[in-house]
Amino acid sequence: MSISATYARSQAGPDAGAFTCTACKATYPLAQVAGNLYVCPGCSHHARIGAHERVRQLADRGTFQEWDAALAGTDRLEFFDTRAYVDRLDEARVRQQLPDAILTGQAALQGHQVGLAAFDFGFMGGSLSTAVGERLARAIEHSAEAGLPFVCVTSSGGARMQEGVFSLMQMAKSVAALHRLAEAHLPFISILVDPTMGGSIASFAALGDVILAEPKAMIGFTGARVITQATYEQLPAGFQTSEFHHARGLIDRVVDRRELKEVLAQLLAVLAGPSGEHSQALA
Amino acid sequence: MTLGESEAVAPPDDAAAAWAHVEVSRHPDRPYSLDLIERCLDDFIELHGDRQGGDDAAVVIGLARLGGQRLAVVANQKGRTLEERGRRNFGMAHPEGYRKAQRLFALAGRLQLPVVSFIDTPGAYPGVAAEERGQAWAIAQTLEAQLALPTPYLAVVIGEGGSGGALATLLADAVLVLEHAFLSVASPEAAAAILFRDAGQKQHAAAALRLEAANLLEWGIADEIVPEPPGGAHTDWDATAALLRPRLEERLRLITERGFDPARRRERYRRLDGLFEA
Ligand SMILES: [Zn+2]
Repeated sequence: MSISATYARSQAGPDAGAFTCTACKATYPLAQVAGNLYVCPGCSHHARIGAHERVRQLADRGTFQEWDAALAGTDRLEFFDTRAYVDRLDEARVRQQLPDAILTGQAALQGHQVGLAAFDFGFMGGSLSTAVGERLARAIEHSAEAGLPFVCVTSSGGARMQEGVFSLMQMAKSVAALHRLAEAHLPFISILVDPTMGGSIASFAALGDVILAEPKAMIGFTGARVITQATYEQLPAGFQTSEFHHARGLIDRVVDRRELKEVLAQLLAVLAGPSGEHSQALA
Repeated sequence: MTLGESEAVAPPDDAAAAWAHVEVSRHPDRPYSLDLIERCLDDFIELHGDRQGGDDAAVVIGLARLGGQRLAVVANQKGRTLEERGRRNFGMAHPEGYRKAQRLFALAGRLQLPVVSFIDTPGAYPGVAAEERGQAWAIAQTLEAQLALPTPYLAVVIGEGGSGGALATLLADAVLVLEHAFLSVASPEAAAAILFRDAGQKQHAAAALRLEAANLLEWGIADEIVPEPPGGAHTDWDATAALLRPRLEERLRLITERGFDPARRRERYRRLDGLFEA
């Protein structure tokens, strides 16, 4: 098993070879769950997976070429809450085998070349640091320059508090970069996985030309707990799930992880296929 | 965590100073957007509605003049009386408020009007109905609308600039910040709840986030700090407006004078943190 499955593995029980589903509590051999793309064989719960595992699942074998692998940020505010931010960063870098909470690169997806970005929720909740925002923006720009569709799999709690207002400004940075993709008339496919919250869904992640989501992912601007505390409102059934947003016209399709690559390939075949004479006349 | 740990980096003096800044920005007598619009701009005419079924009173849009210049105006609006505070929802917009702002940006682009925004919001409204109607999508689309706006655009943070809700009308060619206003990734209370698991640590969170206006200037997020009358804007609304109006005129002139190009605005927000090579 790859290092990349670290996050899913952390949900495994005391027996390292076993996987206990957080939803139905059933235990399966880890190898069986890994072969099922970390979807529970019993109840189809989609376990959280890291960025390396996500790329392994989507990219054709051996085609992923990483972009900006050395890009890392700094502790601009010299931030200290209950621990020093630099210590949290160091720990996450070692554990997740990533410089920050995103992995980007070029890959083939059933033969279609794409720019690909995957967030890593295990790295400080996939939060938006300056380095994450920069690597995301560069991936969008590399895609625009290379004439590639851009595919981003987001799993992010939103802002990274430890970077203060610089984190907030990554929302603007990502949207500014997407303008380049739009100018090049290239598609952005945004894939929302559990969870996608706050500043991430309120910027780039909501701006996909096509928006897909994994089943039962939690997606929203403000988390349910905060809403309850602030307003004492009763939350409707299925609040902020993928299905909830799909029913309200905010997400195009809810796609099972085991079908995700196939659905992406179908989309890319149309979006990145031959343009046809009417499109050419517009160029 | 213990109090001692946070005191090591946020000494009580810093925390108290940071908190005093937040309290002035939230003073109940502080001038709100319409108070300053009335005193700084000429012939303000309010418009209503997002043209999609809603008219969120937490966001005000309209047309005005500033000297000889025609303008489009968008503002967060808090309420002062109990009734108005409810109607304005404490300046916290629902999706309809952000769509109302988008309508204003579209109108400004079509009619070639420069835009001035006044920012004073604790943040986007954290409620069930807001989520059901696509709060995150509405904010994202407003960010996009600002970066596509083809006319000169000036933003002024006049009080609280809370989170993504503030960013929805902040991405201008120049950003002014009143002396006692602030811009933050989250309210100090929310940040304290996340960082210290204790909203009571709001003073320490305010200090750790370094959210005083002067830092925004140092970091290049703001272009200018506009002074307030001694003690703060709440002591004298007319004097506050008298200090602000010439800065609005001057900044609009500067944006236009150097050869206006909306691509430069996108480049500003693309490179804002200044940490990475272009
Ligand atoms: Zn299960």
